[in-house]
Amino acid sequence: MFYREAGQFKTSYTSDQAIFPIRQDLWFIALVLIFAYVAVPLLMQGADDYMYQAVLIPFLILSLAAIGLNILTGYAGLLSLGTGAFMAVGAYATYKITTAFPGLDIIVVFILAGMVTAGVGIVFGLPSLRIKGFYLAVATLAAQFFILWLFNKVPWFYNYFPSGTITAPPRELLGVLITGPEASAQARYLMVLSFVAVLALLAKNLIRGRIGRQWMAIRDMDIAAEIIGIRLLPNKLLAFAISSFYCGVAGALYVFCYLGSAETEAFDIFLSFNILFMIIIGGLGSILGSFLGAAFITLLPVLLTNAPQFLGFAMRADMQKHIEFMVFGALIILFLIAEPRGLARLWQIAKEKLRRWPFPY
Amino acid sequence: MEFLTAISITPFVEIADSPVFFAEVAINGLLTGVMYSLVALGFVLIFKASGVFNFAQGIMVLFAALTLVGLMEHGLPVWLAMILTVGVMIALAFAIERLMLRHLVNQEEIILFMATIGLAFFLEGFGETLWGSNVKRLDVGIPDMPLEFGGILLSSFDLIAALIGAVMVASLAIFFQKTAIGRALRAVADDHQAALSVGIPLKTIWIIVWSVSGMVALVAGIMWGAKSGVQFSLSLIALKALPVLILGGFTSVPGAIIGGLIIGVGEKIAEVYWGPAVGGAIENWFAYMLALVFLLFRPQGLFGERIIERV
Repeated sequence: MFYREAGQFKTSYTSDQAIFPIRQDLWFIALVLIFAYVAVPLLMQGADDYMYQAVLIPFLILSLAAIGLNILTGYAGLLSLGTGAFMAVGAYATYKITTAFPGLDIIVVFILAGMVTAGVGIVFGLPSLRIKGFYLAVATLAAQFFILWLFNKVPWFYNYFPSGTITAPPRELLGVLITGPEASAQARYLMVLSFVAVLALLAKNLIRGRIGRQWMAIRDMDIAAEIIGIRLLPNKLLAFAISSFYCGVAGALYVFCYLGSAETEAFDIFLSFNILFMIIIGGLGSILGSFLGAAFITLLPVLLTNAPQFLGFAMRADMQKHIEFMVFGALIILFLIAEPRGLARLWQIAKEKLRRWPFPY
Repeated sequence: MEFLTAISITPFVEIADSPVFFAEVAINGLLTGVMYSLVALGFVLIFKASGVFNFAQGIMVLFAALTLVGLMEHGLPVWLAMILTVGVMIALAFAIERLMLRHLVNQEEIILFMATIGLAFFLEGFGETLWGSNVKRLDVGIPDMPLEFGGILLSSFDLIAALIGAVMVASLAIFFQKTAIGRALRAVADDHQAALSVGIPLKTIWIIVWSVSGMVALVAGIMWGAKSGVQFSLSLIALKALPVLILGGFTSVPGAIIGGLIIGVGEKIAEVYWGPAVGGAIENWFAYMLALVFLLFRPQGLFGERIIERV
């Protein structure tokens, strides 16, 4: 009754091809955006930063990285385990650029860093023409280990800082401090939110068009795609470039708006796995799925950590850590068994049900 | 210029200067390679028979070693603890088939892969909840003495480990080639559906394969555990086994062995001779780069089945 497109006539091709052709979807997105931009900061007025710092900011940043990986794995069908390394490239590139040119606007720096990451992604994407599937996944692990090793070993990358960490210098946007330890959580949140909103919309558009369709053809069967005239090398490399751009920006935000300072350990292989979990649990080949998966994977540990306190029994810290691991692993397996196509698929089923609810005639 | 000399001239000069030392490095690499092969073997067995890329193999190594050490700490003799651990690994195989694989039949490879990562998380938490997470010493009575052959220094432990590895590979080969179960396993590996249609019980086969690779994990766990203590980092050797796998080919048992040897030797030589020039600690990624170079020429690995694609 409420979610029904009956009566919404399209009178032009433009309106038929809009991103959100169903009016309810458009309202839903608008409501979510208004909620995120207006309601959240109002609700959080006066509260401490825990919600921002532990939940909202990492959720948004990891969603962005998940969108990046989803473009590569979910749409172009190229399995990658090097997401963490590409995020590291984004973070270190931002650090190098902004310390070399302190006057440059931080937004421009983030975008430049994304482009640097795209370049690195292209280099590591080159083997993808010859090797496929798990062989490619292991090849991207080469990127993961090599890049992190490089950032650890070459002091130039962290400006010869003795502890080997990179620290976000304070940078302003419109007179408001948005990076570094002094910036307020709210400002950093809004900054991250804006990046995520714009880039998610861009991604959504990209995959509806010619490029996205070519990627999906390659994903479904690359030889067949080649035969109908899709050039594999440029398209696969483009997928690597754009995916790495997203991961790079996410990595830059991860250090500059979330962690404040970081070593290469922040980008180790477990981050790559986590992001892969997000897109699998959220749904391969779905932008919405990236958000749902990121929410699930970010919230689950927070809930698991706080659950014993809520339930009112105390546990030794190391014991709790182990049980968290067990529950996390078991839940992942359960989820894969229950709905291998992810949360996005559940959402789709719910929408189909909703069309006939509450009067199923 | 200095850097170029350091990577293109100095190493070769050093090799030519003392061939005995070079041989020592190479042989040590070979022996480490055997250990990598042991881990890679577990991967190959499972991948061959069920098409599952089992990321949890590394954790299974840790889990087996933890169980063994835990049982021994409770005062059991070595042989009894080993038998019990084998029992635990078989029970684990049953549980995995019942609770996980059975429900994921016909899913895409990547889903199965992610499920095994979930399994890895679970087993890690489970093992450490049961047995605690501090580093444990594992002593199964293998002597570790330096031996000398013609001026080349070797450790007796490494030699025995290599010997055990060789025996294990030989017995696995016989098991695969000569027994009825082995034939059934190969049939399943070739074609699930055809195997089912001639009456091979797929589920039993899976349990057998997971049990066998659980035992391989136990042997690998004993070897690595005795060498460097039983602790969480043991599970990270799975990451060392991956380049071995792609080098040898996912589906080939001999590939896992040869791949392990190549990686072991290459890694040691690169670390000793080229490591200093680039700042050391290159063994983390060197194996991957080596495997990547091989892959560019043979996309299916050295011994993998030829990839034939049809539309």
